[in-house]
Amino acid sequence: MNDAIDISHVRDAAFTAEVEARSGQKVASCYQCGNCTAGCPAGFAYDMQVSQIMRGVQLGLKDSVLKSRSIWMCLSCSTCSQRCPNNIDVAAVMETLRHMARKEGHITVPKVEKFWLSFLNTVRAFGRSYEIGTMVLYMMRSLRVYTDVDLAPTAFAKGKLGLLPHLTPGGAEPVERIFRRYRERAKREGGRP
Amino acid sequence: MNFAYYPGCSAKGSSSDYESSTQAVCRALDITLEEIPGWNCCGSTPAHAVDTELSAALCVRNLDIAARQGADLLLTPCPSCLSNLRAAARRMEKPAFRQRVNELLDAPAAETFPEVTSVMQGIARQIDRETLAARVQTSLKGLRLAAYYGCLMSRPSELMRFEDPENPLLMEGLLSACGAEMVDFPLKTACCGASFGIPERAMTARNSGRILELARRLGVDAVVTACPLCQMNLDLRQKQAGRACETSFHLPVLYFTQMLGLALGLKRNELGLNKLAVSANGLLEKMDNLRRADAVEGGRS
Ligand code: SF4
Ligand code: SF4
Ligand code: SF4
Ligand code: SF4
Repeated sequence: MNDAIDISHVRDAAFTAEVEARSGQKVASCYQCGNCTAGCPAGFAYDMQVSQIMRGVQLGLKDSVLKSRSIWMCLSCSTCSQRCPNNIDVAAVMETLRHMARKEGHITVPKVEKFWLSFLNTVRAFGRSYEIGTMVLYMMRSLRVYTDVDLAPTAFAKGKLGLLPHLTPGGAEPVERIFRRYRERAKREGGRP
Repeated sequence: MNFAYYPGCSAKGSSSDYESSTQAVCRALDITLEEIPGWNCCGSTPAHAVDTELSAALCVRNLDIAARQGADLLLTPCPSCLSNLRAAARRMEKPAFRQRVNELLDAPAAETFPEVTSVMQGIARQIDRETLAARVQTSLKGLRLAAYYGCLMSRPSELMRFEDPENPLLMEGLLSACGAEMVDFPLKTACCGASFGIPERAMTARNSGRILELARRLGVDAVVTACPLCQMNLDLRQKQAGRACETSFHLPVLYFTQMLGLALGLKRNELGLNKLAVSANGLLEKMDNLRRADAVEGGRS
């Protein structure tokens, strides 16, 4: 008996089915050609390459896949989907896995999630994204206060960072209401908003 | 010709130069852009990375405004906005999804939405090559340019329906009509690292660095982009990209609308060239010298 390949105790067939259902992709048709991995611009920062993630999903290795760093570092560039000979929308699978990981509370790369949430906070508050607001909120959430300070002088001089948020005319209330309903529903349904 | 217009947030902030050059070029080509009233941010990547229904609701609110304005075509300069708006419209075709999104909105969305396309495709639809060439005031002849589309303009291909998704040529078509020499640029649809510049700088620096490195090797005078985030990564973050590649770059990165504007003889301040982090002065000087040489030659013959 070879322990290294005994994976029976971690296989979760329901997981495979759920990923296929949520993403609408037939993960089973992946034959591990590696095209997706070959073209992935984020692969250097992955702990499992994207083709390995696909294999993991096929094998029902729920824990390793949902706790991987890769699903957070994915750039959503769709190069993988473009080049998959089996027409699997691999990027959609990656996105589905990220949603599932969040739902289960596995946030392997918190700073990426923090950045997204601060971005969305500014959208919620102002109806439009408020670049400097996103940066400041992100820095506060993550305490990485040195983020991009080297860019700030040029960015300000070139008017690349709005000092004031761009308020949606007529107020940001309609957008705020979308977020409120979304949060209430997510809470009701037991997810992570 | 009038089009409904969704500028996207970056137009009002980090890429105001894209916005002003888009407006100027469209005006010069007799295309009127009518900004849809009260639009909001489409939520960009963070929204769909977090939740598909939230992302769709943010997009659909804008599609709904455009539909109620009676628009049949909506143009946006930003490929990220375009991709999100299109993905949302497509998902809304499923009744169950539509219902979940409608629950997030003030009122159920319109049943059908106008088609959404990029400003680049809008221009190409309106103006053919000969017409554009005839409008050129200052030829781009003698300039060697790399067209960089980024990843979202052509992918996912069945959603974006943008020519050959691995080798689009639309920008080359527009700029070569203005006289420019367009190099074959194999990384034209490679990803620059998206918004990871903020949380994970190495991701953006490495990917953007690879693109700039190739452009430099091909000896181009400038890289030409269509995406506010690509432009920011290649221009404002050019120093960071250089450090990641243990080198330093000095390559101007312009929006295709700024390049078109130069060719159409529009005022340089209207094109926002002063907003570029890497100065385009060398490029402008080269252009002036080339055209002066033409004039001398023309005078002689
Ligand atoms: S979408 Fe994600 S996994 Fe696919 S190639 Fe791009 S970065 Fe890699
Ligand atoms: S490209 Fe498609 S078939 Fe090939 S490994 Fe990736 S997902 Fe599997
Ligand atoms: S994708 Fe970017 S530019 Fe487009 S609306 Fe959203 S934040 Fe703004
Ligand atoms: S910014 Fe980068 S990620 Fe966005 S479209 Fe441009 S290439 Fe793709």
